Amino acid sequence: MLTAQFLLLGAVLFCIGVYGVLARKNAVMVLMSIELILNSVNINLLAFSVRHGSVDGNTFALYIIAIAAAEVGVGLAMVLLIYRNRRTIALDDLSEMKG
Amino acid sequence: MLAQEMTAEVVASSGWFLDHAWLIPIIPAVAFVLIIFFGKKLPMKGSELGVLSMLVSLAFAGGAAWQWIQRVNSVVDGAHEAVKEGAHHVAPYVEPVIREWTWWQSGGFHFGIGQHIDGLALTLLVVVAFISSLVQIYSLEYLRGDRRYTHFFAALTLFSAGMLCMVLAPNMVQLILGWEIMGLCSFMLIGHWWEEEANSRAALKAFFTVRVGDMGLLIGTAILFFSANSWTQENLGVSGFNISGLSAWAMSGEASSSALTWGAVALFIACIGKSGQFPLHTWLPDAMAGPTPVSSLLHSSTMVVAGVFLVARVYPVFWEGMKIGDTNINFIVLIGGITIVIAALLAFVQHDIKKVLAYSTVSQLGYMMMGLGAGAWLPAVFHIFTHAFFKACLFLSAGSVSHSGSHHSFDMKKDMGGLAKKMPITATTWIISTLALAGVFPLAGFFSKDEIIDNVGYGGYNAFMIVGLSGAFLTAAYMTRATYLTFFGKARGAAAGEHHDEHDAHADAHDVHDSHDSHATHDAHDSHDAAHGPHESPKLITVPLMILAALALVAGLSNATPFGESWERFKKYVEPSAEYVAIESHMASGPGEAIIVPQQNTTAEGGESKYDEGCAVVAPEAGMACYFPTVKHAPFKWSKAALSLIIVAFGLISSWMFCVQYYTRRNKRLVGLTERSKILRGGYTFLWNKYYLDALYEKVIVRSIAHPIAAAAAWVNQNILDGIVNGVGKVSRRIAGWVYRNIDQRVVDGAVNGSGAAARGTGGALRPVQSGKVNQYGALLFAAAAIGALILVIINT
Repeated sequence: MLTAQFLLLGAVLFCIGVYGVLARKNAVMVLMSIELILNSVNINLLAFSVRHGSVDGNTFALYIIAIAAAEVGVGLAMVLLIYRNRRTIALDDLSEMKG
Repeated sequence: MLAQEMTAEVVASSGWFLDHAWLIPIIPAVAFVLIIFFGKKLPMKGSELGVLSMLVSLAFAGGAAWQWIQRVNSVVDGAHEAVKEGAHHVAPYVEPVIREWTWWQSGGFHFGIGQHIDGLALTLLVVVAFISSLVQIYSLEYLRGDRRYTHFFAALTLFSAGMLCMVLAPNMVQLILGWEIMGLCSFMLIGHWWEEEANSRAALKAFFTVRVGDMGLLIGTAILFFSANSWTQENLGVSGFNISGLSAWAMSGEASSSALTWGAVALFIACIGKSGQFPLHTWLPDAMAGPTPVSSLLHSSTMVVAGVFLVARVYPVFWEGMKIGDTNINFIVLIGGITIVIAALLAFVQHDIKKVLAYSTVSQLGYMMMGLGAGAWLPAVFHIFTHAFFKACLFLSAGSVSHSGSHHSFDMKKDMGGLAKKMPITATTWIISTLALAGVFPLAGFFSKDEIIDNVGYGGYNAFMIVGLSGAFLTAAYMTRATYLTFFGKARGAAAGEHHDEHDAHADAHDVHDSHDSHATHDAHDSHDAAHGPHESPKLITVPLMILAALALVAGLSNATPFGESWERFKKYVEPSAEYVAIESHMASGPGEAIIVPQQNTTAEGGESKYDEGCAVVAPEAGMACYFPTVKHAPFKWSKAALSLIIVAFGLISSWMFCVQYYTRRNKRLVGLTERSKILRGGYTFLWNKYYLDALYEKVIVRSIAHPIAAAAAWVNQNILDGIVNGVGKVSRRIAGWVYRNIDQRVVDGAVNGSGAAARGTGGALRPVQSGKVNQYGALLFAAAAIGALILVIINT
């Protein structure tokens, strides 16, 4: 019962994160949304970990936290460089990847 | 079965040096590495490291020998206490100090390395370390100013390390290792002055001739291993390479006799090569091309003794394989006997002083082999011991003569004579060693050589006793000739102060001429040698000579059979016991710890012991092992000794008379005898050409094998190989043409073009997706993930 609520929380966070990634134009906001997604996954893992009574999920969650930290570090550095070169971080202006 | 059986337990003492005897070869081996890497930077160019390492090895070997004596004493005393009643017929068994570590593994099989210390190993260790030390000290002066001084000492040190490693070996693999190190170093040392072609040829000849024999070593070891391994693993828990395991296996009575025979024959072929036995002795005189200290080391105590040592080491294998206990002729005694006589005869026609000594060495090695082949184990080993001293002394004296007396020439007829007055110390040491070699009464050679002859006769090999006696006569005679030519009579050539360099030109291709010693040391010495003719050598040369000569005088007393049993120290401390040993207690003891030795004293009612017969006659029972056959010892009789002494005296005197008449008085009836008499001339030519053995090997065997092979190889190359190559070329060209037209043009190109076109089409279709908008990419990603999740859910439910 408790688990279901945790899972629900995870799902809500995930949806907010996906919405942020899709709808936001600001690169920093997109990064924050990605963090939300990752943390929703963490909550999922912990919920299942409690349910099955094993520590495997906790271990994975720790890994994910470490990876998220690294990812956001790299992401922010890229955003910073983009801002220096372009004086903007609006994603719509960055369409050089158009094929 | 036994009337009475008493098993007494005796604790044998041990000691640090005995337990750490494996360090003895390690020290010179480390010194070798240091000399190679740092030698040239050191103040004495690395020679000090060589000398030092040999002296430390000698100290270790001496310590180990001392502790071994203590150990034997403790066992003998213990045995006497434990067995108070009943005569003790066989010497008590003293367990050798064996330690073995894993060297490398292959397929779960462990190859060991370590030490096997007993009386025989210690005798050799002490002798080798001692002679090596003296030779290195001598070389300090002899090779002063040589262009490869450092490398010489490095090779000399490694050589000694190889010999010491071989002597210590607890198994055949380590023995082969040491054996081959020696082979390599002998090549480097003999060819030390390789700038002259004759020297490098001599080095190659030595190497290849010994290699021929070495095949036998590998084959023999393999035969013995495969036949003995299961027995030794089962009964002793050691591999079939283990030397004591092999000995026990050979004596167990369960060994296959054909395996033993063929193994022994193969191993003995290796000994023929290494120890210069007939018919592979030809490399040894040519090996004189090396510097004199090398000759001295190689041909007195190390290299050439290795073969004799191998036979003595795994003696039970030879004993059983060659049926030495029977009095029929066997392979070893036959080869030994032949070698004694043919080498001694060759020594008569040599002009080169070192070659006389080389043939003399071959002949003496024949004595050792004959002794071993006839069951005279102890006299043969004792002869190794005494021979090392006087032969090393003779070689070093010859070197001293050439160094200071004859201006680097070794030609007795041209450049020597009358040197006794100019070089009193060298002459004295030479003469003492000559008398010792000839076997004159209180000197070293008498006690060992006479014992061999005596025991060969006592063992039932009467014909070979006569061979031994005639060998003694010949030895006395040719050594007198060499002595006379070198030190007495009129001075000739360089000995008379004449200075000549042209002798280099005389080196003819057939006979390796000893003009070599000149080149390297020549320049350094020319200035002062020319100034004052022959003179005595400096102290670094004479002191080793005097030490060796002193030992040539007294070494024989260490096993002086004529003076009673208390003088027979070699017999007590060196000869292994032919005692039945219980395997259980033997194995329980750890390496070098206190050891329980069972004493089998089985006194029957009449005081007769069953074990009078002992090992090798009666096979050991289950749970028992023998490590050495029961050998007979001839009781000493002055009458027999007197006979050989008279023969030696006759040889010395008749040869002296002849020399005086022939070389000094130029007696008309003797001079030119070889030209006048057809028989004598034929004999002389036959000897001068060394029985045409070299010609046989080079012209007949090598050519008959190598030439057809070379011709066949050329034909194969021209016709078959070239045909194949050309044919392959043509065919491949045709195939290539077809492949180009059909596969390359149509299939490959078609595929490449087609895939290009396909990629282009797909790219065009997918182009709109790549909008460049990050959010859109994210949407696609999540859509894909959602679809994937949906599919998963559907599949799982």
